[in-house]
Amino acid sequence: MSAAAGETVLEAVDLVKHYPVKQGFFAPARQVHALDGVSLELRHGETLAVVGESGCGKSTLARCLMRLEEPTRGRVVLLGRDITDLNKRTLRGLRRQMQIVFQDPYSSLNPRWSIGSIVGDPIRLHEPHSRTARRAKVAELLDTVGLGAQFMERHPHELSGGQRQRVAIARALAMNPAVIICDEPVSALDVSIQAQVINLLKGLQKRLGIAYLFISHNLALVQHISDRIAVMYLGEVVELADARAMRSGALHPYSQALFSAAPIADPDAAARKTRIILVGDVPSPVDPPTGCRFHTRCPYQQPVCTTDAPALRPVGERWVRCHFAGQPGFPPTPASSRPIVEPAPLDS
Amino acid sequence: MSVVLEVEDLSVHFRTTLGVVKAVEGLTFAVREGETVAIVGESGSGKSTVALAALRLIPDPPGKIVSGRIRFEGQDILALADAELRTVRGRRIAMIFQDPMMALNPVYTVGRQIGEVLKLHLGLGSREVAAEVVELLRLVGVPAPAERALQYPHNLSGGMRQRVMIAMALACRPKLLIADEPTTALDVTVQAQVLDLIQSLKDRLGMAVLLITHDLGVVAETAHRVIVMYAGRKVEEGPVAEIFKAPRHPYTQGLLEAAQWDQADGAPLHEIPGTIPSPFDMPRGCSFAPRCSFAIERCQREVPALSDVTARHSVACFVAQGETA
Repeated sequence: MSAAAGETVLEAVDLVKHYPVKQGFFAPARQVHALDGVSLELRHGETLAVVGESGCGKSTLARCLMRLEEPTRGRVVLLGRDITDLNKRTLRGLRRQMQIVFQDPYSSLNPRWSIGSIVGDPIRLHEPHSRTARRAKVAELLDTVGLGAQFMERHPHELSGGQRQRVAIARALAMNPAVIICDEPVSALDVSIQAQVINLLKGLQKRLGIAYLFISHNLALVQHISDRIAVMYLGEVVELADARAMRSGALHPYSQALFSAAPIADPDAAARKTRIILVGDVPSPVDPPTGCRFHTRCPYQQPVCTTDAPALRPVGERWVRCHFAGQPGFPPTPASSRPIVEPAPLDS
Repeated sequence: MSVVLEVEDLSVHFRTTLGVVKAVEGLTFAVREGETVAIVGESGSGKSTVALAALRLIPDPPGKIVSGRIRFEGQDILALADAELRTVRGRRIAMIFQDPMMALNPVYTVGRQIGEVLKLHLGLGSREVAAEVVELLRLVGVPAPAERALQYPHNLSGGMRQRVMIAMALACRPKLLIADEPTTALDVTVQAQVLDLIQSLKDRLGMAVLLITHDLGVVAETAHRVIVMYAGRKVEEGPVAEIFKAPRHPYTQGLLEAAQWDQADGAPLHEIPGTIPSPFDMPRGCSFAPRCSFAIERCQREVPALSDVTARHSVACFVAQGETA
């Protein structure tokens, strides 16, 4: 059941997830708009990154795709099969094609189990191997992720963060999945260890042709690892583009600000670059702004932005959700890196 | 420029059931007036312990400052009586922490918490306090400061809370601000706002900043000088431009290369093999030697001392100092 190059392995069609929030006993329940009509497709062997700030819905997207959360509306298609309404039993069989690696390797591994049992568990559930065959497979998987069979009898607490994340990756690989959803897989790790895990993931992809949906807030890292990047804001995709195209400049004012705000570890480049400092915070997803959801913070907003919600539309090779994207000179290159609102002058 | 904070040969140890953890060993550095000095290092490098030690906030037991001197504006912090220490802490040296939700009291309004600092240290009356609180909130860029002062921490976003922490820290116009991972818990666009705020306030108030961080990007964009720590020791120190362009210690080099994400397409990232040594099982010689591709025999035996590369750039590495196998 393996997909050929270029074929879509996982697809989100107009996914919506609303969570009800109760604000008072008699008050009507309101909705957190965690995802509002997200459509994405992940192709065989590619890395699609989903970036955005906390509350933009990127983790909800991952959970809905895995069906760890039931989407309010929309469909999830895995290897050509609609899995949105499948019952648990059928779903379990298909889940082997789609695995997930979580952010925190301290809470995603059972502390009472040996590494061998943790990695071997999916094999035990899905494939009727003998014990010895299973142990051999686990040893092979641990080798693949650079740990080695000697880790089999150890427990998570004996391992460092980077080693634990390797165990989580080995467990995800156990079923030869077509897709691995990586939800911030390295953000809990130290910089020198991050590089080890990223190189491992890339190496595995080259060898095994796995597609990654890579969720992250580390923009520099995302530009390194991914083929395509989707930028999310308040439950919507605002820009979807090739990683290379994104590097040469974003078309949506939010992606532009986001990428300009990411600190770069090079004082010369940092001095040359102009940081766009957005005003204010992300609005509450309970009450998203009317019109374009970004208009409350957008430095280039126009009257139309407050009333009409822009659609995600093709601009050249990309998809952008902005009324003005594609017009010559938009978004403008910012002239100054000073904040738009200066703090009040200091007396005394 | 005059020296604000001077740390000399500082060692901090923690006693645990598994043995003694040498969190900081023989650390010497200085922060001058109006300067931003960054301490970078990964988890377990001892960087946060330094921040706590500077304010004598190390919990004792299990921690203990076993040796060294910490001088602030010429005053010996370690010799101060508790009452004198209180006039330094929060007033002349202020600190902000990584997680503003943990550092703020959830049952008091933010205005009251900022006001407490003013009342305690400056002895202002309640009317003056109320006016000054609003002024401080305006200073750190909080919109509608008079209303915000009456709200509780849970009413505010992460970025707003960190601004409140900064307002509180700046209430007494300190000479030194110690910021321990001030933006790690914040989103990128809010991080940019907060870093920008710290920078512009530093310039206007003429204070010095000691920035503790693991993020090399933040260092490159905000600091003048950088101190690189590894396993409790300073391994390299120098001006930011020099350290980023010509790092001398193999660990600094590895760390910078590991963060070069925007290099050639598809090329694997540079990785530092292995992990930081266990504090209970430290190597006898250079603590980085087990992960170092340049290590020579002497590195296994002896701990290298710091020596100068240029007048303001020093490194603790036998190989960088010109030694060969």
